[in-house]
Amino acid sequence: MTALLLAQFTESARFVEAARRAKRADYRLVDAFTPFPVEAVDELLERRRSRIRIAMFVGGIVMAALAYGIEYYSAVINYPYNSGGRPLDAWPAFMLVPFATGILAAAIAGFTTFLIECGLPRLHHALFAVEGFERASQDQFILALERPAQDEELQQALDFFRNAGAVALREVET
Amino acid sequence: MSIAVIRTEPMPSEAERWTLPHARSLAAVNQLVAAPLYERGLWSWKTWWLAAAASGALTVGFLVAVYVVLTRGVGVWGVNTSSVWGFAIADYVWWIGIGNAGTLISSMLLLMRQKWRASTNRFAEAMTLFAATIAGIFPIIHLGRPMYFYWLTPYPNTMTIWPQWRSALIWDFWAILSYILFSIIFWYVGLIPDLATMRDRARSKFAATAYGALALGWRGSARHWQAYETLHLALACLGVPLVVSLHSVVGMDFAASLMPGWQETIFPPYFVVGAMYSGFAMVVCLAALVRWGFRQEGLITVAHFDVMAKIMLMASIVMGLSYATEWFNAWYGGDRADRSLLIFEFTGGYAPMYWALLFCNVLAPQAFWLRAVRRSVVGVFVIAVAINIGMWLERILIVWNTLSHDYMPSMWRLFLPTVWDWLTTIGSLGLFVLMFLVFVRLVPAISMHEVRKLVDEEASS
Repeated sequence: MTALLLAQFTESARFVEAARRAKRADYRLVDAFTPFPVEAVDELLERRRSRIRIAMFVGGIVMAALAYGIEYYSAVINYPYNSGGRPLDAWPAFMLVPFATGILAAAIAGFTTFLIECGLPRLHHALFAVEGFERASQDQFILALERPAQDEELQQALDFFRNAGAVALREVET
Repeated sequence: MSIAVIRTEPMPSEAERWTLPHARSLAAVNQLVAAPLYERGLWSWKTWWLAAAASGALTVGFLVAVYVVLTRGVGVWGVNTSSVWGFAIADYVWWIGIGNAGTLISSMLLLMRQKWRASTNRFAEAMTLFAATIAGIFPIIHLGRPMYFYWLTPYPNTMTIWPQWRSALIWDFWAILSYILFSIIFWYVGLIPDLATMRDRARSKFAATAYGALALGWRGSARHWQAYETLHLALACLGVPLVVSLHSVVGMDFAASLMPGWQETIFPPYFVVGAMYSGFAMVVCLAALVRWGFRQEGLITVAHFDVMAKIMLMASIVMGLSYATEWFNAWYGGDRADRSLLIFEFTGGYAPMYWALLFCNVLAPQAFWLRAVRRSVVGVFVIAVAINIGMWLERILIVWNTLSHDYMPSMWRLFLPTVWDWLTTIGSLGLFVLMFLVFVRLVPAISMHEVRKLVDEEASS
């Protein structure tokens, strides 16, 4: 269980500015919930790099190799036949199937890694019960930070975000 | 001496051009896109039902035609000993061309940072899915023994035989299969954030549950968006070469043969451009219909039609150049069969169709040089319909001309379509329209999160 403080904004500019100031004031930013990707805030949050592209590369290469392997096995080893002296391993003609299936496998690997990195599918989440959270997928911006432990600090934080233009401040446990 | 007064107007920012003022807020974008799904009372839906009834009837006709072809064989079509391919292959090439364009347009414009794609990519990608699915039906029903189509796959079988990997038809199978599945992933990934918006705006428990399940629990967190953007961009990068290879393979179905008019090195790129061309024309038609039907003038603006018309104009010039290259090579190559085929194209039994093709694909789009035409939605729509017809004529004539005018004069025979030919063709159009009508009723037809980003950038600039 983590205690979070959610600060909700109606304008992206204010939201970005508040996130920047909060970072400078050493608040521990945990996450942000926005109706579209906001790169400026992304940079303020510490997170490791996505592995999606690596997974896609590996998935694509493995599938392409497998496809070529099947072609090679079937045309050269299992059922070779000589048609006018043409080479059995006709690699230029064999390229398309590994290429197309490799791209498909890369897409599937990427999508799977995307779901794993996002922790999806997860239909129930404590945040969905928070009033006003549904606006984060529509037209409002929510900054989530670690709730300060001391009441005094919490009060300061509430004042800080109110001054920064937050329209709603909520404490939640997730 | 007079001094010319030069009036300077501030250039509108890029984002401003792609939306009208009444749509320029996040709330307005959500409202405009979600209204057809959640505030159905705002529309009478009469036109929708009429269109659904008409396309439903055509779909039934299509199913009947497919049933007849599957049970009685391809002989019910107008195919004969010379023209062994007919409407089925032309329809296949036409649909797969349209099917290529959605992903091509969407991913290419994404990579080129063309922000106006935001309001067109969703239905362009949906168009791709439906068209590619329909395209996949035709190669199967054109087979003499369609029940054995699965022989195209390498599976352990009692005959101990394998597919012929050197055959363009095998390439076709894998390319289409990979492409359809890839398109579904690409489309669905882009849809997830919008499904979450629909979930959060739902007014009934059923809608909340259905959209919620499809949104997979998307919360729009910074982590989600980072992963989303990485994946979406990577998919776009892979989508472009996949599409180009797919339609090149369709071109090679013809070019890998030894027939006059088919055995041309120009075919793969010429087919890819043709696909983009007909696809753009279809996107324009759908954009005009979505705009008109759901009053989306605020999000699909005249500027969108202007820019798409410019792309079609460019493509029409490339197409014209491709046709001219074919003519030149036939003459310059000096081959008797090629020259004879060229004369047949302009003067033979299909000549009126060939002239109509040239008019629709090359001449009519030249009207787009005029700004007034590009900025008239009706004008762009009419020319786009003409291009679609022209591109279909091109596909059917690629098949017909060569097969009807082969090396052997004794084999020269025209193709006369039967009612089953027409029913499979027009019926497939009905199926496409029906799928699109269902789509606009169930899924946000415009990508909300991408338009939101566009609108926000405009507000902060």
